Amino acid sequence: METAWVIPALPFAGFLINGLWGRRLPKKFVGWIACGAMGLAFLAASRLLWILLQETPTGRFWEPVYYTWIRAGDFQVDVSFLIDPLSMVMILVVTGVGFLIHVYSIGYMHEDPGYPRYFAYLNLFASAMLLLVMANNLLVMFVGWEGVGLCSYLLIGFWYEKQSASDAGKKAFIVNRIGDFGFLLGIFLTFWTFGSLNFREIFEAALVRFPTGDAVVVGITLLLFVGAMGKSAQIPLYVWLPDAMEGPTPVSALIHAATMVTAGVYMVARCSVLYALAPFSMGFVAMIGCTTAVFAASIGLVQNDIKRVLAYSTVSQLGYMFLGCGVGAFVAGIFHLMTHAFFKALLFLGAGSVIHALSGEQDIQRMGGLRSKLPVTFATFVMGSLAIAGIFPFAGFFSKDEILFETLMSGHWVLYGLALGGAGLTAFYMFRLVFLTFFGESRMDPHAAHHVHEAPRTMAVPLMILAALSLTGGWVQIPGIEGGRVFGAFLDPVFHEASQLLGHHGGATHPPLWLEGALMGVSVAVALAGIFLAYGWYMKDPQRPVRAAQKFARAYRWLFHKYYVDEFYQATVVNPLKQAAESTHQWVDRRFIDGAVDGTGSAFRSLSAVVRRIQTGLVHHYALSVLAGACVLLLFVLAL
Amino acid sequence: MEQVMSSISLSAIAPELVLVACGLIVLMIQAVFGSRFRDSFAYVSLLGIGGAAFLVLTSPGAFESKIVEYSFCDMWVVDNFSRFFKLIFLIGTGLTLLISLRYLDNEAMQHSEYYALMLLCTVGMMVMASAAELITIFLGVELMSISLYALAGYTRSRMMSNEAAIKYFILGSFASGFLIYGIALIYGTTGTSQIPAIARYLAQAGAGAAVLVMGMALLIIGFGFKTASVPFHMWAPDVYEGAPAPVTGFMSAGPKAAAFAAFVRIFMEALPTLQTDWIMVIWLIAVLTMTVGNIIALVQENIKRMLAYSSIAHAGYVLVAFLAAGELGLTSILYYMLAYTFMNIGAFAVITMLAGAGETRVKVEDYRGVGYKHPVAALAMSLFLFSLAGIPPTGGFMGKFYIFSAAVKQGYIWLAIIGVLNSVVSVYYYLRVTVAMYMQAPEKDEDVPAASALSPALVVAIFISAYGVLSLGLFPSTYVAMVKESFLSFL
Repeated sequence: METAWVIPALPFAGFLINGLWGRRLPKKFVGWIACGAMGLAFLAASRLLWILLQETPTGRFWEPVYYTWIRAGDFQVDVSFLIDPLSMVMILVVTGVGFLIHVYSIGYMHEDPGYPRYFAYLNLFASAMLLLVMANNLLVMFVGWEGVGLCSYLLIGFWYEKQSASDAGKKAFIVNRIGDFGFLLGIFLTFWTFGSLNFREIFEAALVRFPTGDAVVVGITLLLFVGAMGKSAQIPLYVWLPDAMEGPTPVSALIHAATMVTAGVYMVARCSVLYALAPFSMGFVAMIGCTTAVFAASIGLVQNDIKRVLAYSTVSQLGYMFLGCGVGAFVAGIFHLMTHAFFKALLFLGAGSVIHALSGEQDIQRMGGLRSKLPVTFATFVMGSLAIAGIFPFAGFFSKDEILFETLMSGHWVLYGLALGGAGLTAFYMFRLVFLTFFGESRMDPHAAHHVHEAPRTMAVPLMILAALSLTGGWVQIPGIEGGRVFGAFLDPVFHEASQLLGHHGGATHPPLWLEGALMGVSVAVALAGIFLAYGWYMKDPQRPVRAAQKFARAYRWLFHKYYVDEFYQATVVNPLKQAAESTHQWVDRRFIDGAVDGTGSAFRSLSAVVRRIQTGLVHHYALSVLAGACVLLLFVLAL
Repeated sequence: MEQVMSSISLSAIAPELVLVACGLIVLMIQAVFGSRFRDSFAYVSLLGIGGAAFLVLTSPGAFESKIVEYSFCDMWVVDNFSRFFKLIFLIGTGLTLLISLRYLDNEAMQHSEYYALMLLCTVGMMVMASAAELITIFLGVELMSISLYALAGYTRSRMMSNEAAIKYFILGSFASGFLIYGIALIYGTTGTSQIPAIARYLAQAGAGAAVLVMGMALLIIGFGFKTASVPFHMWAPDVYEGAPAPVTGFMSAGPKAAAFAAFVRIFMEALPTLQTDWIMVIWLIAVLTMTVGNIIALVQENIKRMLAYSSIAHAGYVLVAFLAAGELGLTSILYYMLAYTFMNIGAFAVITMLAGAGETRVKVEDYRGVGYKHPVAALAMSLFLFSLAGIPPTGGFMGKFYIFSAAVKQGYIWLAIIGVLNSVVSVYYYLRVTVAMYMQAPEKDEDVPAASALSPALVVAIFISAYGVLSLGLFPSTYVAMVKESFLSFL
């Protein structure tokens, strides 16, 4: 346990090695170092899990302290970690899925001249995310939080020669900064209120000092949630994530699955005690989550870029996770986070494999019929789609269903209805993607069609492993069976206080089995309906979507242009700010500040030139100066 | 606080004895063997420095308890305050010796006198830090100063060096006159020259006697000269410019710290009752010292001279902390002197390395292109200059931070504002060197100075200095804890 620091340190070491000497190392080494670092980190994490499981369920809480970072008066921040079931799940997801993505990248990025730079950033990304999830206080968490922000900027804009890529990188960074600002204010308010940033101390103090619904806790939780909105791409700060696909596809997989976007969900779950004390914030989180889930799913319906569809699906699935947290089902939220990591990484890597095969083509209207040419990609991609659509017995079924079930159990009928509808949309757009990409006639440009090839082994093996996980990942949490809630039982101690506050038992009691069964049936039925609808539209009658688009031209246009949110932000936020900055630059900065600075500089230089003449170099002048000074000083002292 | 009294205690002066012994050994080696074993001078001296530091650190109760040990009829005191300053001196001297090795070879001046003078000068500083009696302090001042006069003129074939020594000697004796006269007046009023006794007397009799105040004023002049405060600073630029580069680094750090050590001990321990009389004067001197030092530094072309003015300005910052007094003020003085020792000697290490035989390459314009020819040295130089300018994450930044926050807490808001503005001005001339190193190209590639005084020892000195500067900036709490232990004896 004391050696938990090696887990983030390994990828960081990889970053240093590849970052400093990567260009001089043979390519093979670079990949080996990066993947090796992640692989070892995963092994270390597994060992940590093993040690953790030896403890009694309530004793699974360690805070190894490594170093006192800041001490000022009563304020002390340690660089120390918090190892408990919640962070353990995150560590395993980040290192495990991250490792597979690293391996996949060896094949995917093979031709890229920026190979060492890519792996250095990738390692740094994983390291920052690990720091984020392992921190035992908000400040160290914030370091990781900013670290992933930085890495996402670097990796989204990895192909910085491309205007759109560097723009997307900037967009991700700036939108995240807005969220970070809220997060930082939340940290300040926390420190101001509790005088500490340590999670354990904050929660203990909050439980003693504040009644449920206290305005201060509501303020803190809402501000922290603003940070989560940015990082986890929720309305209204979701706009960066769809653009983030400008980066290399494995980076998208990393951002969407293992690192970055899960940070917000994790943070909310980590602060479950605070949220449980603030029912208003819980409601707000649930509402934002549910709205985002449906809103993003509706945009996903009509997009034609394979990665863009997946990006909106991530935004939507993150909404489900927040919905789960917002209704108090933290276990369900984290469960969905984990299964989503498996199948979303799979889908992105599968999409990457398709794009790789088609020499960079991303438009699904120009694909089709790839089933026979890319059998491995096809099979694994379909499994990922079944998982995200929530078909039994795939991972997504168990986790999404638990969120829906808990939403209903907590009495949120409207949210349940919306979320269920969103699930139908998910199934529809995912299978639209599958049908358009892999079935039907080939619509490829003949030049690209000529080169189509299945992925190399470094890419195919991660796909298969992730596909297996997408299938089996949900089996750790099977409802209705005695001993089926392995995952929940593991996490329950973390959310113990929150559940007690909410008077809610996180599924520990048994609601009627028939109800659970019936609701499962409903979920699967909705998902199947979505799939069949997609089948009817895109397989049987390919002209049908075109007719529908013409018929509902206005609705189609709104969806296709993503509700014009980007244009709206551009007009109301970006352009006015740019203009204000430009005029400030012209008037205040150039004229006033520069003038003052230059003026001061030249004034001091001329003064200096005069004053230095006193220094004549003659000893008697110096002695005179001492004497004069002495006389003045004596007069001064004696006269006063 | 516990006081232990004894009369003659060799253990109390053991570090000083070691240094004196080593100084004599070095002289004897040359006297007996001629120049045959001249490589050994530096090793013997360094050994002495190390031994003295070891004795300071391991003396009973060092940095653990607040025992104040008086000896030699109350003329000598060993407390954490003196230990802390002694360590600063030893670090300064040790680093200087490492820097000087190859320099002295290049100048063909590898003689034992240099080392003996260095060690005796250090003994003088240590006497100043440990003396609990005014005459003993004066003896320390003289031992230090006379060694320095000789060191300033050590490269006797260079006119500049001779000029520096003569000027320093004349003006220094002048200042010593003020100092001893001030001591006499204080003795005349209080009937004692022992610091604790003076404090006791003043606590009973009350302050206010004009003669006493005059004595205090004369002490301010004397220490003002030793710390190179305006208007008693004029010797400094000429001496710093003329003295050999390693000696300049040496005397800008240790002796200045020693002067502050004695200054603090006399004023905070013996004369706190006179505080109302000195506040305005020191306030004015601090402002003048910071401002004049920084402003004149702006147009200097000679880097040694520039750093001389910078050194004047730094004395001004320390005076700000002196005024703030109290726990915070004293913390910042001690912290700053330690940081200043590392950063200034570090900078002079690089200057020495590049100065060339006869010190021909000491202009700012000579540094053009150094960033590419000597990347490590240039990086270290930039670090030291950034630290001098007070830019994080360096010790110089934390030091200034402590000083100005202490000043603000004590209500010296204007002083803090003037100080901060001054350090903004100073950034200009420090960065000039960095700009020259990295962003300006020399006319010819050969124009970039060679690293003529480069030696493994010098590299070690640069690394130690860089480590000191960075660790003071990054892990300040460790040092602050040590510093706080150091002055509690007279608060």
